[in-house]
Amino acid sequence: MGNGFDSIAQSSYWLIQGRDLFLFLHLLGTVCFLYIVARRLRPLLAAQRDFRFDRPLARLGRVAQYWLAQWRHPRYRLAGAIHILIFAGFLILAARAFTLLAMGVSDRFAGEASGGWYAAVRAYASTVVFLCMVVAAIRRLAFRPARYPRSADAIFLLGLIALLMAADAVFEAAGGAFYARQGREMGREAPLSLIWACQNLFASLPPASLRGLRLGAYLAHELTFFFLLCYRPFGIQFHVETSLFSIYFAKLERERLKPVRWGMPDDAIDKLDSLGVKKLEDFTWKHILDFYSCADCGRCADQCPANAAGRPLAPRALTAKARDYVFGHYPVFGRPADGQSFIGGVFSEDEIWSCTTCGACEAECPLLVEYIDKIVDLRRGLVDDGKAPQALHKPLKSLESRGNPFGKLEKKRADWARGAARVVNGNRVETLYFADSITSYDDRMQSIGRAAAGILGRLGEDFGILGPAERDSGHDVRRYGEETLFMALRDHNMEAIRASGARRIVTADPHAYNALKHDYSGAPPVEHISQVAARAVRTGWLRLNPVDGGVYTYHDPCYLGRHNGVYDDPRDVLDSIPGLRRVEMKRCRDRSFCCGGGGLALFYEPPERERMGVLRVRMAAEAGANVIVTACPFCMANLEDAIKSAGLEGQMTAIDLAELVERQMVS
Amino acid sequence: MEILVCVKRAPDTSENEIQLAAAGGDIERDDLVYSVNEPDNYAVEEALQIVARTGGSVTVATVGGEEDEEVLRREMAMGANRGVLISDDGFTGSDGRGTAAILKSFVETGRYDLILTGVQAEDGCAQVGGMLAAMLDYPFASLVTSIEVLQNGKLKIAREIEGGSKEINHIDLPCVLSIQTGINEPRYVGMRGIRQIASVPIPTLGASDLGMDGGAAGRAAAKVRRVDYFTPPEGKGAKILTGSREEIVDQVMELLKAEGGLN
Repeated sequence: MGNGFDSIAQSSYWLIQGRDLFLFLHLLGTVCFLYIVARRLRPLLAAQRDFRFDRPLARLGRVAQYWLAQWRHPRYRLAGAIHILIFAGFLILAARAFTLLAMGVSDRFAGEASGGWYAAVRAYASTVVFLCMVVAAIRRLAFRPARYPRSADAIFLLGLIALLMAADAVFEAAGGAFYARQGREMGREAPLSLIWACQNLFASLPPASLRGLRLGAYLAHELTFFFLLCYRPFGIQFHVETSLFSIYFAKLERERLKPVRWGMPDDAIDKLDSLGVKKLEDFTWKHILDFYSCADCGRCADQCPANAAGRPLAPRALTAKARDYVFGHYPVFGRPADGQSFIGGVFSEDEIWSCTTCGACEAECPLLVEYIDKIVDLRRGLVDDGKAPQALHKPLKSLESRGNPFGKLEKKRADWARGAARVVNGNRVETLYFADSITSYDDRMQSIGRAAAGILGRLGEDFGILGPAERDSGHDVRRYGEETLFMALRDHNMEAIRASGARRIVTADPHAYNALKHDYSGAPPVEHISQVAARAVRTGWLRLNPVDGGVYTYHDPCYLGRHNGVYDDPRDVLDSIPGLRRVEMKRCRDRSFCCGGGGLALFYEPPERERMGVLRVRMAAEAGANVIVTACPFCMANLEDAIKSAGLEGQMTAIDLAELVERQMVS
Repeated sequence: MEILVCVKRAPDTSENEIQLAAAGGDIERDDLVYSVNEPDNYAVEEALQIVARTGGSVTVATVGGEEDEEVLRREMAMGANRGVLISDDGFTGSDGRGTAAILKSFVETGRYDLILTGVQAEDGCAQVGGMLAAMLDYPFASLVTSIEVLQNGKLKIAREIEGGSKEINHIDLPCVLSIQTGINEPRYVGMRGIRQIASVPIPTLGASDLGMDGGAAGRAAAKVRRVDYFTPPEGKGAKILTGSREEIVDQVMELLKAEGGLN
């Protein structure tokens, strides 16, 4: 190329030939990066096993959906759009980055001139990424969305990426301007791109300056590139590298709670020295990878009802604190930090007990970070050390001796039915109605049980209840970390269910539904009463009387909606009632806002500013509703309580879907 | 420090509906679930915390039958090093003094620096600790709300006194203390812990092992006999409300309004 302008490799930088300089820089940068990554892998190797290498096709599908197609990003419109643009830009520019690297050491790549479709696409891609950095920085500095932590690091990183884009543009534009001055047309620069703008700016510069500018821009680009590469593993931008792996290895069956150890038989659990997470290395390697991958976007905390209620829990903070701990205890350079204890120090006990396992965070996280499994494992560790909250001792003890958290007598477990359902008692039935503890014993919730039984009766089902032979499903016993007690309850129930010969189970309690469906293995198929009612309504088996007035809204129980995807059945049932006016709350379906939690959550009150239920009934009022329909006895307990606390008594009522259906059944 | 904690199995008041037996003289026991007498958990927790600070070991002992082994296992799952079941046909029907005499004989078979009991049994009379101390000629303090081990064979203890105030005492070791609930937060005992301890052998000691002669305990030696259980009769001005929960609540509201308690 004539005067050697094109060749970076052959030009000289302070008497050093470009090829030598960049060979050295590239090697140094790569070695540093590999070293840092190797150091970052150490805690993963020290962590617990977690088999995530099966079903590659399903996993690649996840990668295509959540990584490549950025599936969850548009849930937050502006931030999502910005991210998608940056992500797409990075993908487009990846090839360019490698060409640029190669250009420094060999002339074979120097010929890649402007012009051609890829050049135009990447010119716009880098421009868009550059502008996105500016917009993102303005958002963080001027508008400060509450979900972002105030971080100088984030701004610094945005600046570095902008610098990378600018350096590339200057490099390209200086070359373009040089040729233009020599009268050599190198192809039209993409109009309005960053390169185009720079080229116009440089049009009048003398050739010597252009040459200097071009060499300088290349050096700046390479330095920034490798600095970024090596700096990212120290902060939130590590997700650029790790997100692909995090999503590939994400849990495929999200509805299945992590067992104590994957693949470990139940009876081996008694022999373990320790159970649950008590130190960092008790997490699985994937969970530590999650800590690296979290990008601090704060969507989880923004959706978290515990956070909204002012409890000492924010999923984002949980991850951020764990990541800081990993960085401190497995440093890239120097000695591991000691000091702060992991449990009680990094994570407070109140924080660990504040979660209702509603799953709002997991439904939102663009990177599929798992939270519930981590929380449950942390609780298992606390329970194993005897540190269950005092308020839970009695209910847990009662669950052990009486099979329900209230300490009520087993023989009174069928009293709620009052003739609406008969106890199986050795006879075989087609369908088993599983009431679970709160419906069996709580005066108010017994009415939900009778309503559900009334519906089954109306549909002519051959059904029965276990009565005194039933024990608590153990759903929340498990989620509060008492795995062994859960297993005892499960085994007892499974025996009773098998003895009943039932081919199907129906329940009105989403927590029992979730337990029977996902925590028990070998149980007959389970249906929630709303699914039974929806089918009956659709086929015309069940006709419902019109309602007079009232504005209804449906509150999605977490364990029916988010955890099991039953969103439409309850709504279809409501919509089949003539004259019923239904409105949606802003937070509905997979963004439903937890009522305050079920099972043992009823007994534990973490420090909080406000009750979740109160926040929820206000949302219903905001939507213009005066009747909240739900489909879970725990939601009912929390919402009815909240209506009183929020001072909405007389203006707002709550009713269970089963109760509403039974009330409206055409006789 | 070697600590002995005397524990007892009692009907769990939070998990039972206590009703009088038709025949009188006892409560209906068919459907009762039993557990460690709740105040005893505080005594065991306190012993474990003292041992964690100063070293030593914790022994739990109970006087009873085979079925009482479960409470020993529960306390061992909490962290007690040893459990001892003191059981003999001749002990059946002992009164408080008899139980104290049995425990005294047991204490003399070992070397204990400190003996703790719960403040009282939920089905008992809060008497064994004091009597045990007297029989051993040890100092005794009741309603203890904090314990600090001093260097010179003494303890600094706080006791709850009238009106929620506290008094601080120094007490010589060995001694007997009855531990007030609320002194600590007893740790949770999970099912796994109990299962892990299930196969640990628990020695059973009878009267001959303790070197006791026949007359010191048992029904024949008892000087206190329970005659009857009864619910108090409806007193003057008392009113028992009946009906469903809602009806009772309505009646209470009406009464409160009528009596001027509510406006």
